[in-house]
Amino acid sequence: MGNGEKKRELILAFESSCDETSVAVIEDGNKILSNVVATQVKSHKRFGGVVPEVASRHHIEQVTLCLADAMEEAKVTYNDLSAVAVTYGPGLVGALLVGVASAKVVAYAHNLPLIPVNHMAGHIYAARFKSEIKFPAIALLVSGGHTELVYMARENSYQIIGETRDDAAGEAYDKIGRVLGLKYPAGKNIDEMAHEGADTFAFPRAMMKEENFDFSFSGLKSAFINTVHHAEQVNEKLNVNDLAASFQQSVVDVLVYKTERALNDFSVKQLILAGGVAANQGLRDGLDELIGKYSGIELLKAPLNLCGDNAAMIGAAGFVAWKNGESADLSLNADPSLEFEWI
Amino acid sequence: MNILAIDTSNETLSIAILKNKNLVATITTNQSKNHSVTLMPQIANLLKQVNMSITEIDRFVVAKGPGSYTGLRIGVTTAKTFAYTLSKELVGVSSLAVLAAPINEVNTVIIPIFDARRDNVFAGAYLRENNQLKNVIVDQHIPLEKLLEKLSDYKRLFFVGVDSHKFAERIKIVLKDKEIQFSANELDYPQAYYLGIMGLAQEPVDIHSFVPKYLRLTQAESQWLEKNQESNDESLVEKI
Repeated sequence: MGNGEKKRELILAFESSCDETSVAVIEDGNKILSNVVATQVKSHKRFGGVVPEVASRHHIEQVTLCLADAMEEAKVTYNDLSAVAVTYGPGLVGALLVGVASAKVVAYAHNLPLIPVNHMAGHIYAARFKSEIKFPAIALLVSGGHTELVYMARENSYQIIGETRDDAAGEAYDKIGRVLGLKYPAGKNIDEMAHEGADTFAFPRAMMKEENFDFSFSGLKSAFINTVHHAEQVNEKLNVNDLAASFQQSVVDVLVYKTERALNDFSVKQLILAGGVAANQGLRDGLDELIGKYSGIELLKAPLNLCGDNAAMIGAAGFVAWKNGESADLSLNADPSLEFEWI
Repeated sequence: MNILAIDTSNETLSIAILKNKNLVATITTNQSKNHSVTLMPQIANLLKQVNMSITEIDRFVVAKGPGSYTGLRIGVTTAKTFAYTLSKELVGVSSLAVLAAPINEVNTVIIPIFDARRDNVFAGAYLRENNQLKNVIVDQHIPLEKLLEKLSDYKRLFFVGVDSHKFAERIKIVLKDKEIQFSANELDYPQAYYLGIMGLAQEPVDIHSFVPKYLRLTQAESQWLEKNQESNDESLVEKI
């Protein structure tokens, strides 16, 4: 420090909630010094989906390697760090435990505060790398495991206002991907096919008439599967691009409609789009169109390269939690079903 | 050399601090419901009680398996991260050997056993020779009946571990003409002091590549391998 130079605050962050092991070093909550991600997607492709025990085994192979690379790429030492942040839920318990155990050790060994981070807060804070978050805000979080609308009255405050009653949107993509014979994970593939097709099948839009902010995608999934199976039985060949476009349009319509309802009920400055499915072009386009109707609300989309699971976003959310005085002791455990509170 | 030894491979949680072969402090808990919650606070407490800092530890010794997959991962992740982040040594020791270590019987085959459910066990066989444990049947996941077949060449047998009592009746029936003993009291449980002693005698391992010895593929992987023999030799995890 000295010479009036402001001390930079560095967060070392761990993420291991599903099938990516990641360690990052984040400066002042908004600058990525390193973000090392080891993805297991090739391994789980063998099984058509993530196998929890296999995921846990890969995490333990990767965790210190990712830590080593993250510290080296960031060109920092443990003395430079302000705190250690870690995802402690939601996610696969065996996978979470590896990151939690490793983060606890680093925090204890180097006398650093340990900051527990909700994985979903991390997804929201991926958007922080694009620009500042202005409160109050609403976040639409869409991933393989979650679909929810989160209200943030102020910094470090997260309240659920609506969520899926059954499948997450990303889960529905993977399931219909399997029906179409696509490789796991199918989301990107379906998104691309959808752009080559048209919405001709008129699949249902669930819960559009209900006075809440909840979602449902299992009815859509069943309608899709029935359509494909029926065509197979009568030997009819369906246009797969049209199938993909119709499915995607139904998902996007429901997500956009419920988000619109939320924007009408809550007075907010920003709408944040985050989560693995936030990389979906159809959804990004849908929200661009929606936000055009609101002059006072800014749409902040998580950067495409940070929509998937990564530790940079955990570092950004962890920085905010740390600034607000949150910390955990050495008994911190993984909480696979961790949730924000309801409003 | 200062050693921190950690065994979380089964229900028992055992930690010890050693100065060379001498015990400084140890704690063994049979009521640790969740090693993820209890391990780190217990390590911190034990060090505090003896006025030591974690940075004074020169070597981390961990029970590497077999055992409960989750328990193993908590112990191994903790030990390997300590060794890496503090630039210290890491040693892994068989969780079964830890159980066998305190059994002081010569001319007797010592068989530590963990129940692996559905009549399967994790077990190995050891002999005490010149005050060293010699592994004579390699640690493995095996049906109990097959293990007992393999043991029929030996005359004197000593079964170790709290799980060995579950199988006592069947062992006595199958091996009826042998001299058989079972562990009792504290010898039923792993003691990290012995883990530390064994870890002192071994060479340090490469930290990054160190993983638990599960001794079993996951069900998904073994089913996949049946259908896809060796067809996938490319890396399964990649940096992006």
